[in-house]
Amino acid sequence: MTSDRLRLLLPVLSLAVLLGAVFYLQPRAMSYFGLNLLFNLAIPVALATIAQMMIIMVNDIDLSVGTFVSFCACVTATFVHDTPLLGYAILAGAILAYAALGALIQLRGLPAIVVTLGMSFVWGGLAVLILPSPGGASPEWLRTLMTLKTPLVPIAVIAPLVIAFAVHLLIRRSWIGVILQGVGGNERAMERAGWSVVRLRATSYGLAGLFGVLAGMCLVGLTTAADANIALRYTLLSIAGVILGGGEFVGGRISPFGAVIGALTLTLAASFLSFLRLSPDWQIGAQGAILILVLAVRLLFVRKEATA
Amino acid sequence: MSFGPVHALRAASLTISAGECIGLVGHNGAGKSTLANVINGRLTQTQGAVRYRDGVGELRNSQNAQNAGVRSVFQELSLCPNLTVLENLRIPYRTMPRKGWRRAARQKMIDALDLVFPGHGIRPGATVGNLTIAERQMVEIAIAFADRDREPSLVILDEPTSSLDAAIARQLLDHIKRFCAAGGAVLFISHMMGEIFEVSTRIIIMKDGRIVDDQHASAFTRSSIVDAMGHVAPDDDSADTDQTARTLGAEVVRSPNGLNARAGEIVGLAGLAGHGQAEALAQLYFDHAPKWKSTSEPDVVFVAGDRARDGVMPLWSILQNLSLTTLPEFSRKVMVDRGREAGLVQSWQDRIGIRTDNLLNPILSLSGGNQQKVLFARALASSAPIVVMDDPMRGVDVGTKKEVYQMIRDEAATGRSFLWYSTETDEILECDRVFVFRAGHIAAELTGDEITEENILHASFEMQEAAH
Repeated sequence: MTSDRLRLLLPVLSLAVLLGAVFYLQPRAMSYFGLNLLFNLAIPVALATIAQMMIIMVNDIDLSVGTFVSFCACVTATFVHDTPLLGYAILAGAILAYAALGALIQLRGLPAIVVTLGMSFVWGGLAVLILPSPGGASPEWLRTLMTLKTPLVPIAVIAPLVIAFAVHLLIRRSWIGVILQGVGGNERAMERAGWSVVRLRATSYGLAGLFGVLAGMCLVGLTTAADANIALRYTLLSIAGVILGGGEFVGGRISPFGAVIGALTLTLAASFLSFLRLSPDWQIGAQGAILILVLAVRLLFVRKEATA
Repeated sequence: MSFGPVHALRAASLTISAGECIGLVGHNGAGKSTLANVINGRLTQTQGAVRYRDGVGELRNSQNAQNAGVRSVFQELSLCPNLTVLENLRIPYRTMPRKGWRRAARQKMIDALDLVFPGHGIRPGATVGNLTIAERQMVEIAIAFADRDREPSLVILDEPTSSLDAAIARQLLDHIKRFCAAGGAVLFISHMMGEIFEVSTRIIIMKDGRIVDDQHASAFTRSSIVDAMGHVAPDDDSADTDQTARTLGAEVVRSPNGLNARAGEIVGLAGLAGHGQAEALAQLYFDHAPKWKSTSEPDVVFVAGDRARDGVMPLWSILQNLSLTTLPEFSRKVMVDRGREAGLVQSWQDRIGIRTDNLLNPILSLSGGNQQKVLFARALASSAPIVVMDDPMRGVDVGTKKEVYQMIRDEAATGRSFLWYSTETDEILECDRVFVFRAGHIAAELTGDEITEENILHASFEMQEAAH
């Protein structure tokens, strides 16, 4: 078994174990409708995790994913719904801003963690300006798409798989993905080979922006309204999802399938705790405990791999 | 070529024509790597000019160099460890056709590896991070010789054999000869005299940023090269000093796999590269080093061979790097005694000859060999009775090596034990006792007169011959 497969095994296993536990506690979840309910909020989390993965791929970290997704959700629920042209232009501008941030971080040698932390306040502020109180409405097509009744398997299961597969093709199979991963693997080698690291970093940040926008739009499609604080916890969820899915903070080691499965696992962990009738006061802590447990098991895996 | 006030390269004019293999020698900091970097366009010269075969004036040197087919392999590996071998070929091959690139890259990678290292056993789909350091070096060399959009015309190899074992190095040298016979040119930088003489048609000697000698290889002998490099230590055998009988003390360390050392003994770990020597040393070190608490009287200190990975603190000054291990010994309670620290470092600079005018300069301002000297001093300055060395002389020049050998012998005479993994036979011959490793186990233990190159090679290869 190649080490990549081994890395993917753990997130798959932890998802299976959690799913089994949920089905045991609540057998009625084992249905088309039940699965849809369990997983539909995982779609935006999965997209946000992919966005975070694009940043971690180039050895950076993005602390603004949560507020950025909230901002995009607010834009979708207001501008895209009311004046579509302006709305899409704002979202496109947000993607460009992300790409520009990547270029800036590379050009000035700034630490991404500081820049994105600062940007998180900018996005958060803009979101509050656009939508001071919860409200807005989802564009009709988005609502239809997110509530699509697909045959046999619910969309909440299909969509994450489609996302993972598409990103896998883009990042793991295409040449551009290889080059982008190279930035995380050995930046100096890329420079020596004559690639513009500024452009490459801007590209990966731009991709992160794109997936952040998609996450925001999906979220509005599901909830039919937005709020400036709707996705704040996505920042930590997305980082945890990438790492849970077999990624590493440095070295450009990432896995799109792993990241999506990681996101599904984290969403499921929340449902699992609800099914346990755990008091909401304890849920965040319990979620953290699950995360630590899985990561500890992963450490054992990695150690074994290193000695093998 | 200048870096700020430092002239790394002063008078260096050089013409390389097709079919030539040029051996470039010089001690550490002589400007070899700088010269190579100017030729491949990575550095732009502050004065003078570089002209390529079909160079046009408008482009930058690096582009001209690329267009002319100049390729380089450097001491520090420049692969992406998170990517596969074939994906790593894609990185320097920027104009690769986009359709079906994976299949093309796989084929080109297989061709290149087969060409240079027949029987290499490296899968093009393997992730580079999972390869041994020798395999990575092989991949990197193969990529340099690979057929890309342009044929390679000049390949610059900077210490290419430093992490390869003898058999693989042999394949590389053979390939260099074939490559030059077919009209390619090679600039071969090495500290291994044997290799230089074997492949070079012309030898260039550098000293203090100048080319001091440039003649046909047959005009040199080993000792004339060492003389020209300007080192006092001649290349004659120092066997007499080696044989001065030291009284060995009691056994001070023994590891489960049978590795052991007595007080005052220099124990060598030999065998083909990557056969478990480094792991055995690391294991021994971690078994004896305290896990939680640093102590003012450590049992064992470690000299790293892979400087960037487990030696140098890149952001720290030379002084801080040198005093790192000894801080607990030289400190009062929790505070560092700055005065004693500076005194210690100053005395070691004098003893080991670190080339710098200011010890507060960042460690990375030193050349590789001088960085290694700092790491040596860091370990030797400690009071630890056991010194573990993981191929510490990688890329260190002959003169420095001689100085360090002498220092090791002196230290051993005072009762210190050394465990020394080395890929170079000369170094192994300095040892009192040698363990030859094969496939992670000790294949032979040689003492005294048994320590010869033949015996070591025999022990390293026995199994492989039997398997055929």
